[in-house]
Amino acid sequence: MNRNEPRITPELVAEHGLKPDEYDRILRLIGREPSLTELGIFSAMWNEHCSYKSSKVHLRTLPTKGPWVIQGPGENAGVIDIGDGLACVFKMESHNHPSYIEPYQGAATGVGGILRDVFTMGARPIACLNALSFGAPSHPKTRHLVSGVVAGIGGYGNSFGVPTVGGSVRFHQRYDGNCLVNAMAVGIARKDQIFYAAASGVGMPIVYLGSKTGRDGIHGASMASAAFGDNSEGKRPTVQVGDPFSEKLLLEACLEIMQKNCVIAIQDMGAAGLTCSAVEMGAKGDLGVTLDLDKVPCREESMSAYEMMLSESQERMLMVLKPEKEKEAEAIFRKWGLDFAVVGETTPTKRFVVRHGGDVMADLPIKELGDQAPEYKRPFVNAAKPEEIRAESVHAPVGTLEALEKLLEAPDLCSKRWVWEQYDHVILGNTIQRPGGDAAVVRVEDGPKGLALTTDVTPRYCEADPFEGGKQAVAECWRNITAVGAKPLAITDNLNFGNPERPEIMGQFVGCVRGIAEACKALDFPVVSGNVSLYNETNGRAILPTPSIGGVGLIDDFKKSATIAFKRANETILLVGETTGWLGQSLYLREICGREEGASPPVDLAEERENGDFVRALILDGIATAAHDVSDGGLLVAIAEMAMASGIGAELSAAPSDIPSHAHWFGEDQARYVVTVPVERAETVLARARAVSVPVWTIGKTGGDALTLAGERPILITILRKCFESWLPAYMAGDL
Amino acid sequence: MKAAVLVFPGINRERDMARTLRLVSGREPSMVWHADKELPDGTDLVVIPGGFSYGDYLRCGAIAARSPIMDAVRAHATKGGLVLGVCNGFQILCEAGLLPGVLMRNENLRFICRDVYLRVERSDTPFTRGYNAGQVVRVPVAHGEGNYIADGETIAKLEGEGHVLFRYSSPDGMIDPNWNHNGAINAIAGIVNEQGNVLGMMPHPENHVEAAIGPTDGRGLFAGLVEALDRAA
Repeated sequence: MNRNEPRITPELVAEHGLKPDEYDRILRLIGREPSLTELGIFSAMWNEHCSYKSSKVHLRTLPTKGPWVIQGPGENAGVIDIGDGLACVFKMESHNHPSYIEPYQGAATGVGGILRDVFTMGARPIACLNALSFGAPSHPKTRHLVSGVVAGIGGYGNSFGVPTVGGSVRFHQRYDGNCLVNAMAVGIARKDQIFYAAASGVGMPIVYLGSKTGRDGIHGASMASAAFGDNSEGKRPTVQVGDPFSEKLLLEACLEIMQKNCVIAIQDMGAAGLTCSAVEMGAKGDLGVTLDLDKVPCREESMSAYEMMLSESQERMLMVLKPEKEKEAEAIFRKWGLDFAVVGETTPTKRFVVRHGGDVMADLPIKELGDQAPEYKRPFVNAAKPEEIRAESVHAPVGTLEALEKLLEAPDLCSKRWVWEQYDHVILGNTIQRPGGDAAVVRVEDGPKGLALTTDVTPRYCEADPFEGGKQAVAECWRNITAVGAKPLAITDNLNFGNPERPEIMGQFVGCVRGIAEACKALDFPVVSGNVSLYNETNGRAILPTPSIGGVGLIDDFKKSATIAFKRANETILLVGETTGWLGQSLYLREICGREEGASPPVDLAEERENGDFVRALILDGIATAAHDVSDGGLLVAIAEMAMASGIGAELSAAPSDIPSHAHWFGEDQARYVVTVPVERAETVLARARAVSVPVWTIGKTGGDALTLAGERPILITILRKCFESWLPAYMAGDL
Repeated sequence: MKAAVLVFPGINRERDMARTLRLVSGREPSMVWHADKELPDGTDLVVIPGGFSYGDYLRCGAIAARSPIMDAVRAHATKGGLVLGVCNGFQILCEAGLLPGVLMRNENLRFICRDVYLRVERSDTPFTRGYNAGQVVRVPVAHGEGNYIADGETIAKLEGEGHVLFRYSSPDGMIDPNWNHNGAINAIAGIVNEQGNVLGMMPHPENHVEAAIGPTDGRGLFAGLVEALDRAA
């Protein structure tokens, strides 16, 4: 062991983010003081980001199985069967901490990382989505973060050549000190050509591929496992720098050598780089790994073993190749201009050995590095549930139409065109439904199958009631997939919370996970991959609990998919699902009344399923001409969106007498959809609904160039569009 | 039609282009690697697709323009062979000196992906014979650097000799700064060289050819090329 290293002091241990008891665990495990390199390796493997030490015990409760699930959580990405010998590979992952420090590169490398997770498994990426949360628009950093994050996501995805087809953007002061950047990637692979991380065979060459290793991103994963203080700017050197060009070459080279059957095991170098990927390949294959760092292609001179093991330089892969195919694989990599080096081999010892400059810099038990990471059952408390707010007790400060205008220009509801026009959403020529609808729809290869993709969560609901909020996030995702006519198949979850060492934050986490599990079970919508991001807090102030849900659904014929746009005048508008006028935690209450209060809307999963199955059948039977789920902003906002998407207006009946008008139009009751059908089919549809006990009402008809509510003056669609489209461009231009 | 689609490292719309050529012409194009020195025998159309060749590092198209295959493309063009460059392909053709002018960053300094309207200026070229002069077509753009500019003399020549084939316009064909998405001079979206056999354009006609996916206005360009080449053959 190299002796020229500093002594391991308690300060050094603390700097590595390890608690004293965790350090004692290391001493017990290896029976001696670790070297500095070893300490770095432990800190990389045992931080929250890589080890899930606070969340694991709860994540195990999530349903992860289903007849169509090929690979659940634990690999680079989840895999589901979509028929015809094809599989869909997908995952969502956060890049929150780096994006706050350096928004362009933070977001760009977030996209790069998740794309790598997908093509590591042998899939060609076909779509990206994202879920972004920013601080209040009035916060001085917000504009800079939006601008940088959006440019970074576009900069990487556009150059790599994958369409970014959907996502969500929200603003709330609770994200002032910690923005959230959750990126999702979706790929298609042949079902019999999925690649995994587990190495097999002793004495197999371990090959390093891709870009060279530099000093960027050292301790990135550790940074993402701590809360911010006032000095977060000082962490900029821990943010990696992305190179989408190299990644595109890496993609093509990897898919080519996979097709040529050269690969035994493959693992991308993401968080904690070489350390994490090498340990995972060995541990999963019950093998040891020896690395010779003198062989690692380096971008900078005199890099130490410690730096090489902890570098998070991007666009790198580790593979175990079939020895007889090594030359062929090397030729393919050279053709693409990428580095290729044999840097180690598999061993029978189950030890992780790192050599550098003739010295052994680390010699650790490989299984324990991963499996024996601390696991915490952190104490948690459930916050008291807010009281229900009765609609009758909420005074309407403005008229219905004025409220509608204000809601359409509210930061959370307004058009996000300014954002998604910076993403290439048409490349590959398969985008059937572009951003702006309920779910994006992309054609699978030459069709006729299509995938429906969406990301959803309503953090204010999760804050008010983590359990119901967790359920709601999954239910809304399921609903958005249903509203385009697809069958929801599986989700990836990206759980963003504050500091888990605080019982009230842990309570939010536990509640949301329970809610997600419950909804996934009830809706047959298993979790196949995911990511946990904790410590999203600054100076003790945590983000809103934000479990982003990325969902994938399948439609057998994409030509049957429904869009939100009204199609023709004089069609009947139907509302599916029960309306009680639930104003608690609604955007109406927040934006119009200035109150963030009350219990969030309860989610009845049986009702979700019945109503959703009913709507999907209407779409697939060719009866529904347009469909839209009712969510943020309530019924009138949903109808306005359908009108704006088409330029066709609507005449709407008055609110029923037993619900205050503003609660009827803006309440956020769940499990609801607005559907249009040709007039002559309306009776049949109502009868069909009665037969399966799904509540459906006729609420108006399409036509004209305005929305007309009984008893109100008509409001032109052009005016609605102006409200809807103006806020974000004006804000980003600095005009607001 | 015997099309060859060039593939440079970092090009990413080559599959879109190949699919479109196949759908419209019924023939699979050859994919030609940048390091090759020759085009396949009988190539009658060279297509340089969109993407980010060499990551757009240095300058968009600058490195690709110096690839070995570009000498063969130059020779093909000199003999009067047809060359179509879309998006990054347009940038590469400018950098290679096959077309005049340059493409600067979009006026708003942001990447723009949206459907745009193009007014077709002439229909008497092999690239636009599938359209009528004055016709407005809807196709997507997806670029960060599509703001065309050249010196005054070059622009005067392009305009005077009818080398501008496509301009950004309003849906009813008016040239209007509000519809000139990237700030290009004279709303120029696509130009041909003096001989009329090399076209560079920023928008992506190849992404609008299938009715099942959306508008099909891009089809005319490829259908016209097929017709022109089949007549020549």
